[in-house]
Amino acid sequence: MSLKEEVEILRQIPLFAKIDPSRIKLLAFTSERLTFQPDDIVCKQGDIGDAAYFIMAGEADVIVDTPSGPLTVATLGKNDVVGEIAILIDIPRTATIKAKTELTTLKITKDVFFRMVIEFPEMAVEMMRVLAERLVRTTDDLQKAQERIRNGS
Amino acid sequence: MEHSIYKYILRYSMKQQVILTVLSILSFPALYYYLELPKLIINQAIQANDISFPVEYIGFEFDQTAFLYLTVGLFLLMVIINQAFKYVINVYQGITGERMLRRLRYELYCRILRFPLPTFRKKSAGEIIPMITAEVEPLGGFIGEAFALPIFQGGYLVVIMSFLVIQNWVMALAAIALYPLQAYFIPKLQKKVNLLGKERVRLVRYLSDQLGESVSGVEEVHAHDSSGYMRALFSNQLGKIYDVRYRIYLLKFVIKFLNNFIQQLGPFFFYAIGGTMVINGSLEVGTLVAAIGAHKEMAAPWKELLAYYQRREDARIKYEQVVEQFEPVGMRDEDNQLIEPEEIPRLTGELIASNLELSDDTGNRILDGLSARLKLNQRIAIIGPAGSGREALTQVLARLIDPDRGRLIVGDLNLVTVPEAIVGRRIAYVGQHGYVFNASLGDNLFYGLRHRPLHEISYTGEAEAARLAYIRNAELSGNSTDDVDADWQDYALAGVEDQETLRDRALEVLEMVDLGDDVYRLGLRSTIDPDQEPETAELVLAARRLFFDKVEADPSLKNMIEAFDQHTYNTNASVAENLLFGTPVGDAFDLDRMAENRYVRKIIEEAGLTETFLNMGYQVATLMIELFAGLPPDHEFFQLYSFISSEDLPDYQALLGRIDADRLDTLREEDRLRLMSLPFKVIPSRHRLGVLTDDIEEKIVAARQRFAEELPAHLKSSIAFFDAEAYNPATNLQDNILFGKIAFGYAQAAEKIGTVLSQVVAEMSLRGTIIEVGLNFQVGSAGGRLSASQRQKLCIARAIIKHPDIIVLNQATSSLDLSTQVRLMKNILEEFSDRAVIWSLDHADKTLDFDCVMILKSGRVAEQGEPAKLKETSTLYKEMLAAS
Repeated sequence: MSLKEEVEILRQIPLFAKIDPSRIKLLAFTSERLTFQPDDIVCKQGDIGDAAYFIMAGEADVIVDTPSGPLTVATLGKNDVVGEIAILIDIPRTATIKAKTELTTLKITKDVFFRMVIEFPEMAVEMMRVLAERLVRTTDDLQKAQERIRNGS
Repeated sequence: MEHSIYKYILRYSMKQQVILTVLSILSFPALYYYLELPKLIINQAIQANDISFPVEYIGFEFDQTAFLYLTVGLFLLMVIINQAFKYVINVYQGITGERMLRRLRYELYCRILRFPLPTFRKKSAGEIIPMITAEVEPLGGFIGEAFALPIFQGGYLVVIMSFLVIQNWVMALAAIALYPLQAYFIPKLQKKVNLLGKERVRLVRYLSDQLGESVSGVEEVHAHDSSGYMRALFSNQLGKIYDVRYRIYLLKFVIKFLNNFIQQLGPFFFYAIGGTMVINGSLEVGTLVAAIGAHKEMAAPWKELLAYYQRREDARIKYEQVVEQFEPVGMRDEDNQLIEPEEIPRLTGELIASNLELSDDTGNRILDGLSARLKLNQRIAIIGPAGSGREALTQVLARLIDPDRGRLIVGDLNLVTVPEAIVGRRIAYVGQHGYVFNASLGDNLFYGLRHRPLHEISYTGEAEAARLAYIRNAELSGNSTDDVDADWQDYALAGVEDQETLRDRALEVLEMVDLGDDVYRLGLRSTIDPDQEPETAELVLAARRLFFDKVEADPSLKNMIEAFDQHTYNTNASVAENLLFGTPVGDAFDLDRMAENRYVRKIIEEAGLTETFLNMGYQVATLMIELFAGLPPDHEFFQLYSFISSEDLPDYQALLGRIDADRLDTLREEDRLRLMSLPFKVIPSRHRLGVLTDDIEEKIVAARQRFAEELPAHLKSSIAFFDAEAYNPATNLQDNILFGKIAFGYAQAAEKIGTVLSQVVAEMSLRGTIIEVGLNFQVGSAGGRLSASQRQKLCIARAIIKHPDIIVLNQATSSLDLSTQVRLMKNILEEFSDRAVIWSLDHADKTLDFDCVMILKSGRVAEQGEPAKLKETSTLYKEMLAAS
């Protein structure tokens, strides 16, 4: 897979959708493409996160440790992003990500990510927009959930 | 040491000085005839005065012309004889001087080795080094000529003088009339110069000390922004030297002026007095000419004598100033280091220290009548507050410092007076920061085993002659004749039989001090010469095969490493590496500058790849500009990721603006080079630029074969080709085993491959072999290539491996981290379970595992006993335990 294809994939990710392609190209070029074998651990719950992974091919399980043992809560696929929250704020990984099939990712380290954000403020603005949207959605979800709880009770 | 340079010269080179003097005297007759002949030639052969031709000499008859040729022939012969004498004398002088210089330097060095340790607190390396290197250098030249020159030149002068006197005594007197004047004034001036010279030597010594300090303390200079102050200090010192030199110059040239002036007065008198006499008819012209010639001849020796006088004064001062620095109080006796006892007794039983007293240079009592009995099968901890004399006691016990008073006795041995041969082998000492020499790790480890050349090499043929010549010369200069190439390792001392068993022991000791893993890793990163270590190379090749098999057997590993294959393009290696298919040796094939290499360009051209490379270069350049042009020039992305440095980026921008992508073949040479240089750095699987197609890769593989086949002879040594069946001497052991590139883009590839490598090493029991290779690691100046803790561990290992009866440790592990300290202490106490450990420690809680604890206070033993007992009985110990 060449740089061009990677750029195409990155552009489909909402966070980067409105960013100038040459910036995305630089991001892709300075990032490492990382392939995981099936069952390889991408990141482990509780570890400190230092990178986000953009899935370019393959599938990965999101596994959460529960008192009754590990529980697969979701399966991620192409164009999904893993761990972007952990590189924004220093919180431990909230779940374990495990490759389900052979998994190709683009690993964007915290360093590179922040340097890009500082270098290109439009990325920061875009980032804020995406996060704000996500917040609206989460708030919305929360409201609905609360309503459901109220209705149910 | 002799305090006068003349005494020193006579003591060690009397014979040579006599030979030189005799040679000088022997040369005088020829000299006299050399002066006499011109008169004969002019008066008799040319002017035919007082002679009637033909003349008869030894049965032959000569007419005037033949007589002329005879006399000039004799003149030529005299010239040759004179010069031959000069040559022989000069060479012999040179050799004598060099031998004496060698002796002097050696003697001074030996003295340094015997200096009492406190001396080095006052004298720095910066002061001592120039004394032995630069300051004594001119002494060699002087020593060679010390007697011969004044005798030769003085005699020469006398010969000329007597010649002149015979010719005409009035003129002779006139010629030397002014010499007394010179002889009176010049020493007076010279005395002043001498004093200034002394001052200069002192100032320069101080300057080099200051230089040394600036180098050692450069961190402080940066950290405190004190460079301005340092510059001012240095400038001040240079200013002082300048002043002194300026005054020396003034005086020196006054002396020179006087000398020359007086010398030139000679002809004045000759022409005036001699001329008058010729006019009056009381002197022949020939005689006057010869006299003037003789006077001219006189100028040279007289000048030489005066210059000799100046050099002599200079040498005298230098010698005296150096020698007085090498006679510190309390220097050890020469025999203490040189005596080799027939048998080195073991130190067992009890060490009795009685009434030890030691003061520092301010008169402060550090040890104040300390007495103690130490059982030499016990492990003893010494503790005590600062100023208790803990450190001093360890150094006195290890015999590094001589006590001012008191006795140290083991059995019937008085440790204060026994030779170093005994204490240096039976006692080991490790301080807080041991010193690591600029040699290999192994040399440092076995340093404590090298006392005498134990197993001499037997030389034959030319090597034997060279060795004998070396010994002869060393003896003539009073130097050590020991062979540094002999095997100095004292295997018996270490308790082993030979090199092999010593190696096993070394591995054991390295593990003991926690250095095994470090040396193993250094070994993996070291190269070996397969010609010298064929067995190791063979083992590495076997490991390579096993590693390959293991990787082949595990499908998940297969992608993680891409082995080098002669017929396949390696996508995890750069284009440059793919073309070379080997490791460059030296600069000829610098991977970063491949495009500049003519042979590389020729191969690319022949493979029809030039245009492809230009194209790729164009694409890479376009991409780099697109990616990096918007970044500030000091952005770290340039360094980390760009193919083009920020300085070169504008050039490439201009280049791309100027050229046409379809007309790359018409580029200027300089632009071609720029574009060609880019593709060499591309690693397909890392950069993912998509510029390398399968077709190009195939062509590069084909060019690779050609590259190897047509490589010109003079470049053959510049590259070590990859060969699956051969050891590659240019790369390290690890790369030789892996024989491939760890793949980019595979998660934890390096770790997984590392695991396989460790399995291979374990299965083949290669660890020892690799550690042995690691022992060849060059540690750099003062061990600079090792970390501080590695250095300290190495020093401890060095002390253990010589198997001493007593090991003295002065807070030797306190610079290591706590868990390592605990581990090392356990290992050392275990190793010395039946021998003596004397360990000075800073915290009482570390003393619990010892057999005996000795608590010092104000330079005396306050308490001594088993830790368990002391814990109950001693309030002092309890206090110290509570505090730590």
